[in-house]
Amino acid sequence: MSDTGIGAAVRRKEDFRFLTGQGNYTDDINRPNQTYGYIVRSPYAHATINSIDTSSVKEADGVVAVFTGEDMQVGSIPCGWGVNNKDGSPMNEPFHPALAQGKVRHVGDQVAIVIAETYAQAKDAAELLEVDYEELPASINMENAVNGGPAVHDDIPSNLCYDWELGDEAEVNAVFDNAHHITSLDIVNNRLVANPMEPRAAIGEYDTATGEYTLFTTSQNPHVIRLLMGAFVLQIPEHKLRVVAPDVGGGFGTKIYHYAEEAIVTWAAGQIKRPIKWTCERADAFVSDAHGRDNLTHCELALDADGKFIGLRVYTKANMGAYLSTFSTCVPTYLHSTLLAGVYTTPVIYSNVKAVFTNTVPVDAYRGAGRPEATYLLERLVDRAAREMGIPQDEIRRKNFIPTDAFPYQTPVALQYDSGDYFATLEGAQKMADVDGFAARKAEAASRGKLRGLGYSTYVEACGIAPSAVVGSLGARAGLFESANIRVHPTGSVTVYTGSHSHGQGHETTFAQLVSDTLGIPIENVDISHGDTNKVAFGMGTYGSRSLAVGGEAMMKALNKVVDKAKKIAAHVLEADAGDIEFADGKFAVTGTDKEMAFGDVALTAYVPHNFPHDELEPGLEEQAFYDPNNFTFPGGCHICEVEIDPETGVTEIVSMSAMDDVGRVINPMIVEGQIQGGLAQGIGQALLEGAVYDEDSGQLLNGSYMDYTMPRADDLPSFKVGTSETLCAHNSLGVKGCGEVGAIGSPPSVINAIVDALWDLGVTDISMPATPQKVWHAIQDAKMAQAAE
Amino acid sequence: MVKISMTVNGKNVEGEVSPRTLLVEFIREHLKLTGTHVGCDTSQCGACVIHVDGDSAKSCTMLAVQADGSNIITIEGLANGEEMHPMQAAFKENHGLQCGFCTPGMVMSAIDLANKNGDLTEELVREGLEGNICRCTGYHNIVKSVLDGANAMKAAE
Ligand code: FES
Ligand code: FES
Repeated sequence: MSDTGIGAAVRRKEDFRFLTGQGNYTDDINRPNQTYGYIVRSPYAHATINSIDTSSVKEADGVVAVFTGEDMQVGSIPCGWGVNNKDGSPMNEPFHPALAQGKVRHVGDQVAIVIAETYAQAKDAAELLEVDYEELPASINMENAVNGGPAVHDDIPSNLCYDWELGDEAEVNAVFDNAHHITSLDIVNNRLVANPMEPRAAIGEYDTATGEYTLFTTSQNPHVIRLLMGAFVLQIPEHKLRVVAPDVGGGFGTKIYHYAEEAIVTWAAGQIKRPIKWTCERADAFVSDAHGRDNLTHCELALDADGKFIGLRVYTKANMGAYLSTFSTCVPTYLHSTLLAGVYTTPVIYSNVKAVFTNTVPVDAYRGAGRPEATYLLERLVDRAAREMGIPQDEIRRKNFIPTDAFPYQTPVALQYDSGDYFATLEGAQKMADVDGFAARKAEAASRGKLRGLGYSTYVEACGIAPSAVVGSLGARAGLFESANIRVHPTGSVTVYTGSHSHGQGHETTFAQLVSDTLGIPIENVDISHGDTNKVAFGMGTYGSRSLAVGGEAMMKALNKVVDKAKKIAAHVLEADAGDIEFADGKFAVTGTDKEMAFGDVALTAYVPHNFPHDELEPGLEEQAFYDPNNFTFPGGCHICEVEIDPETGVTEIVSMSAMDDVGRVINPMIVEGQIQGGLAQGIGQALLEGAVYDEDSGQLLNGSYMDYTMPRADDLPSFKVGTSETLCAHNSLGVKGCGEVGAIGSPPSVINAIVDALWDLGVTDISMPATPQKVWHAIQDAKMAQAAE
Repeated sequence: MVKISMTVNGKNVEGEVSPRTLLVEFIREHLKLTGTHVGCDTSQCGACVIHVDGDSAKSCTMLAVQADGSNIITIEGLANGEEMHPMQAAFKENHGLQCGFCTPGMVMSAIDLANKNGDLTEELVREGLEGNICRCTGYHNIVKSVLDGANAMKAAE
């Protein structure tokens, strides 16, 4: 292994610019003659707009223009995934206007844009906008919404987007009828706000000379934005629309989607013929960034006398919010129910999902997307079943694991897992967590009046999203391939153009390692270019832990083409047959001779083709590849959490968090560990701290700021124990699976199971996320009262 | 409009601002030093931390006029050309950053923490960074970076 190749902990190439304040985020960009936009949002959860009076705004200092929904008559913001009802009929898909058309449907819904010479002027003038609202009753909570609550959309009185199922309910019910034991749980998967530290921002620009629009935006996938906004919302053809996503300060899913503000500034820039910059303030981000999770689930696990899982049935209500965000509809269905086998051999599974409209911010994928929800319900059920049947937590899992020699393994819920070793990750995590020493630690804690608990989560997820044929058959309206272009310059340095997008993942380093390793050139000679539709041919972007497994594979394909072409050039120069050329360590050699040519010389020759046989050999050395995976990838592993609870205050301290994950081959272990640590923090955040809370009457988001929404801080978290254990992905050349989401997918149930473990002897059997001190304290008091009453 | 002047990263700068202009706006919009970031509107996230007269301060929570006459260091003022400050170098070495958005504020807070504490411990670092939110790293590597960076700063003294 070279010190910059595959497997090396190469320090990141991108860090110098970020550490010295030279990052280039959207809000850092200023365009000549730029104006500033301020978006006026609805203060109501549901209201009719009788009229909007813009006259005083227009007279205010510095105002350039003001536009409302009446001015901006464009296409609907599209949803990227159609899901069918049980009966095969298509889902309800309401019109999603960029600027409200006669009605607002959630607090934060866009009503108007005020454009001025400075941001302060735009914001001041916005105060003068007179909107005559007539407030309407709202559906905030999902149960009410589907039980006769006010219709969010007049033409959808049921408030149902779809009623979908997977599996044969009658078959599963028959198994339950004959089960030895049934464990049931009602689960709340709390609503989260992704909160990347960089708020969203967008700059729209129109070039009167060329008729070309440019959008700078905080996006994880600029080509997808170009496609959705250009083709569906604004009808701008691709060759007249450039989308640039420069440095992006974290995404976690919430920067995948096409947002109204992007369309508004682009369209309005065409109207006023000047660039418009819009930057979201955090308060507005809370009511306009797509939220995550928000499921209510009833689930049941059937077991035989031996503790083997024989059936699972799951009934979920999933909140869509007021409109369908880009990938919202596939999250609780194809990214959730298909994962319900988990790491177990459960033979029959049924899942029903009702997607519900409410007068709240749209809900969409957030780190893990569907898979954390599936893992959470499953691992809570398994934990509970083990307690009810008196089987140790690790034993019940081992008993039901998919055997290591059973791969490829076809689950009853559509997926075929290609590889994994769940016994190895469980054992590895148990060692890291020193499970053997737990009893002693628990006794020691008890001597101090503290309660200790240990919780397991063994999980698998499906990422490397995704085979286009599969997702297409499931309703995806796009393919999920990736592209890569390798441009070898005459002096042998390389620029890679990738459709993946880095917003913290370190692609500029990991991808450069692939190139350096494959071509045998120094990593300094490789640059990775991404995020600009005018540079990169096409791309589906970064989400679903797909960058390396899909984007990296596209790169490998293109690199192989480069090597093939380079061999031909070397063969020509060395007067040999291309079939006799071997390439290793950056040198092309004729087999069995000492004739060789360095990579750099081949590159130069490609561009100085003085005696090329031009009918056989083209000049230049640049190759393009598109890669569409054959299957999802399936990272899996085991997370073990140990907590100590102070029964006097209800405060839960995480004393240790151990994660042993199988993410396939590791290209850069430093970056992989960083991704896992970040995911764990978000998982622990969901389990202990975070949850978006709406007032059920007014529909106001009650904790829409960092004063109220509890972001995990340094002193809320422990140092983590992180390890990897490798089984290779069987269907890509690198053997990689993906590491971006495992931390957030695996960890939440381990935390809650640990809390339940600590409190079980007191009579506490369940606790919901987030397990705040108040909630834990109340659970302890309620259990004590119940025991006293007995 | 009010005339103000201050020293920023060793250079004298002047400007004319409205009395309500925030210091961070002055730094980002007037001085075009965009390394200092804005991550919130409630003085909670620390993305905007700079040094004012030797103390760390949230530049979103000061008015530009309050900084009149003061000596300011921003993230752009730390490195010497290609050579990073020991705290910056420690963040790179320990992978203490991912998206980089919280990073300038983290580094500025970390340097202040190191300056003001004799011997830093993990606990002190975690408490000391209470006012800086990072959504990417889970803080594990930030804590390592700060401990390492503080040692390197001492060694360089
Ligand atoms: S911008 Fe968040 S604390 Fe200053
Ligand atoms: S590195 Fe992204 S917020 Fe800290």
